Amino acid sequence: MRILLDKFSKSFGDVRVIEDMTLEVNDGEMLALLGPSGCGKSTTLFAICGIHKVSGGRIFFGERDMTDVPSQERNVGVVFQSYALYPHMTVAENIAFPLRIRKLPEAEVKRQMEEMARLVHIEELLGRRPAELSGGQQQRVALARALVRRPNVLLLDEPLANLDAKLRLEMRSEIRRIQLETGITAILVTHDQVEAMSMCDRIAIMNAGRIIQIATPQEMYRNPRTAFVAGFLGNPPIAFLDAVARDGWLAVEDADIRLPVPPGTRTPPDGTPVVLGIRPETLGREGDAPIRGRVTFVETQGRENLYDITLANGSVLRSIQRVSDDVSLNDEVEWRVRSDQIFVFSQNGERL
Amino acid sequence: MTGHLRSWPIVLALSVASAPLVLMYVYLFVDTVTNAPPGSFVPNEFTLEHWSFLWHTPRGRPSIWRVTLNSLLFATSTAALVVVISSMAGYVLSRLNVPARGFFLAGVMVLHAFPAITLIVAIFLVLQVVGLYNTLIGVILVKAAIDMPLGIWLMKGFYDTVPWEIEMAGIQDGASRFTVWRKLVLPQVKPGIFALALFAFLLGWGEFILPQVLAPGGDVQVLSVYLASLIADDNNFDMALFKSVGLFYMAPVLILFFFFQGHLMNIYGGGTKG
Ligand SMILES: Nc1ncnc2c1ncn2[C@@H]1O[C@H](COP(=O)(O)OP(=O)(O)OP(=O)(O)O)[C@@H](O)[C@H]1O
Ligand SMILES: [Mg+2]
Repeated sequence: MRILLDKFSKSFGDVRVIEDMTLEVNDGEMLALLGPSGCGKSTTLFAICGIHKVSGGRIFFGERDMTDVPSQERNVGVVFQSYALYPHMTVAENIAFPLRIRKLPEAEVKRQMEEMARLVHIEELLGRRPAELSGGQQQRVALARALVRRPNVLLLDEPLANLDAKLRLEMRSEIRRIQLETGITAILVTHDQVEAMSMCDRIAIMNAGRIIQIATPQEMYRNPRTAFVAGFLGNPPIAFLDAVARDGWLAVEDADIRLPVPPGTRTPPDGTPVVLGIRPETLGREGDAPIRGRVTFVETQGRENLYDITLANGSVLRSIQRVSDDVSLNDEVEWRVRSDQIFVFSQNGERL
Repeated sequence: MTGHLRSWPIVLALSVASAPLVLMYVYLFVDTVTNAPPGSFVPNEFTLEHWSFLWHTPRGRPSIWRVTLNSLLFATSTAALVVVISSMAGYVLSRLNVPARGFFLAGVMVLHAFPAITLIVAIFLVLQVVGLYNTLIGVILVKAAIDMPLGIWLMKGFYDTVPWEIEMAGIQDGASRFTVWRKLVLPQVKPGIFALALFAFLLGWGEFILPQVLAPGGDVQVLSVYLASLIADDNNFDMALFKSVGLFYMAPVLILFFFFQGHLMNIYGGGTKG
């Protein structure tokens, strides 16, 4: 079911957390709400499920205006960051709770509960209590409980934050599988860009209560609208470098670097200070514009090495390359950057 | 070993210091089943005559069983009232955004600190006017009201420890606020309810002043009032009888403590076990 937030605002007392946010999530889509801590992701989620009353604007599910519908009637499944399982009930009772509230016949409750347990692979845990489960298992139970009554919308608030790295990887694909299998419209809140990029159809990047950009992960990575977006996506992260426009080139004068203006970018007037964004994978042995510096940090990640190189003016760039032994710490290197893939931002962070 | 050696003087000192207390308790019991010759502490015969109040009601006094029943009714009713009302009021004060919440919280605190005895004249008058003087119901209501602030405060503390997300999850699952409270929150504060019930019962069982002033009549007497009337009676002053009734009065408390001390400890832990 399509979700539409139309000029949604939320304030707590005098604190305006969200202002005039408009966001549309298509039917069957999984959208990531990505942003730094405190930017209003949870607040948005809680407004959609009705825990928070909105201060302004409307919320639609499909064509229906849900703004003033109480939580209980919105039919939204929520997975909380802490899972919020009912500790005094067994897994089976937890999953069955929403059905029992609906007063379904007991046989039907049992059938649907077991079907859902099969979907999330926890059939053999039905008799246990939440305290006797691992984090990943609790997570599945929470997911099953949210899905069992076939909600119109599934909301996930940082569902993977409490899991260890391996389990996180596993649950990432698991949640995506279940979402695709059920065809449910879902919103995933996260501040982990890898999670957002790998699980979702589209990403909405938020900062300070506003949506900066909505796009597919690919599009957002290749074509960030602001320096904030570019800085948020990508691991290892993008590096920024101060430069000025000079004779149709972009120059870092105190480090002896001259880069051509990338295609599709407005050439700024002479003397304008700009910020260059250079992703680690665009700096390496191949490319068209030379960059000289000293290697100040080397980290091997197995298949690849991550280098920090410090330029003459003290700025630091990152480069990620195939593992090789010919570069070591404190070497002076001359590498190249693929200048058509760098981003140019104005001083206030807007892409040029 | 050296530890034991060094601690024995302390043990000895403590034993000597507490010997009178132990002796008192021993004599309390021994005196109820023996007779001693005048002027002696050493009993010379075994007897059950001091316990005869159990099967023989002296003239001019209510039956002990009647009084015990009154005491039980009084203690259980106040406990039930306190538990039911505190468990709801505590939840409201802990979670719901009621108007004047701060005022209520402060009020409850003040009421708890307020010496109830200063109210007794006013309460006496009120009960007389509404016709509840010398009735069990009247004194139950008063006692419950006086214990309530403690109960509300205690239950609020327990509710505060229940994670907020559990309730929100319940609401999302389609349950009404009341169902959420009944089915999801209440089970989390079971230890609190249990401890409060036990406390309220014991407070009711031990209460003396309120029933003495507000319900002294023979039909509605409770054990504490009955016990006091034994020594108030100057004509046939019977120390052994007084001790026997005292023991009888104490027994349920001891039994309760014996069985439920673990739960009672929990009240200070304030946790949500169970
Ligand atoms: N009940 C509240 N009263 C007042 N301010 C609140 C309340 N809830 C949230 N806020 C404020 O709103 C802002 C957004 O909070 P929100 O919980 O939506 O952040 P978030 O994006 O989910 O962050 P995180 O990633 O840390 O969970 C924060 O600055 C927070 O302090
Ligand atoms: Mg949050």
